[in-house]
Amino acid sequence: MDNYIKIEFPSLSCNEAFARAAAGAFAARLDITVEELADIKTAVSEAVTNAIVHGYAGSCGMIEMRCGVVGRTIEITVSDFGRGIEDIALAMQPLYSGSDDEERSGMGFTVMQSFMDSLSVESELGVGTTVTMTKRAGADFDEK
Amino acid sequence: MEMRIERLGSTLVAKLDGELDHSCAAEVRERIDMEMNAGGMKNLVMDFDKVDFMDSSGIGVLIGRYKRVNALGGKMLVIRTAPQVDKIIKISGLDKLMDFE
Repeated sequence: MDNYIKIEFPSLSCNEAFARAAAGAFAARLDITVEELADIKTAVSEAVTNAIVHGYAGSCGMIEMRCGVVGRTIEITVSDFGRGIEDIALAMQPLYSGSDDEERSGMGFTVMQSFMDSLSVESELGVGTTVTMTKRAGADFDEK
Repeated sequence: MEMRIERLGSTLVAKLDGELDHSCAAEVRERIDMEMNAGGMKNLVMDFDKVDFMDSSGIGVLIGRYKRVNALGGKMLVIRTAPQVDKIIKISGLDKLMDFE
């Protein structure tokens, strides 16, 4: 790991904006396109929202976010220590929402998958969930 | 998230300003639904000119409003979305469901 940050914050909705801004600021030091930066911020927003809405579901707990960089690849992990996901494959299906709120779109994992190069989810019931995502900065430059 | 409401006949125009995420989604939908009910509005225009960020919570807000407007027999239009917002709208397939300009 060339450099990394680790941030802990309570599962308050107002911290979603803080978390994505922090991840964006960390990533912005690399050669990265505006679109890639927006992708990272969006994916972080989804992961943190999942931790708040599903991991802690109304109760409050801590969320840990790590952003690291190796070469030009950014790795972000978002961990909660909440309920855990019973069926990860089901939770990751587009339009599936584990929330009772009928206006949750169920697109969180789909957005993370589409906007990042890789996504992995580890979860244990009653222990918590960790989402790990990577994205290579400047991939858009490579193609040109 | 700030919101300005304008009424043009039976059309409600909601001008959003800020970042549309989970932290303000409930507030946005409640305000729009209330304003729609209050004036007997039928159509809804959501102006995203000043929205520079939206995540999938915004998708939920858009689908929810679309269903309500449809039930009223009205039309819904989403205008002036930024590239980041367009991208998430496309991934969710919303561009096939409702009108964007």
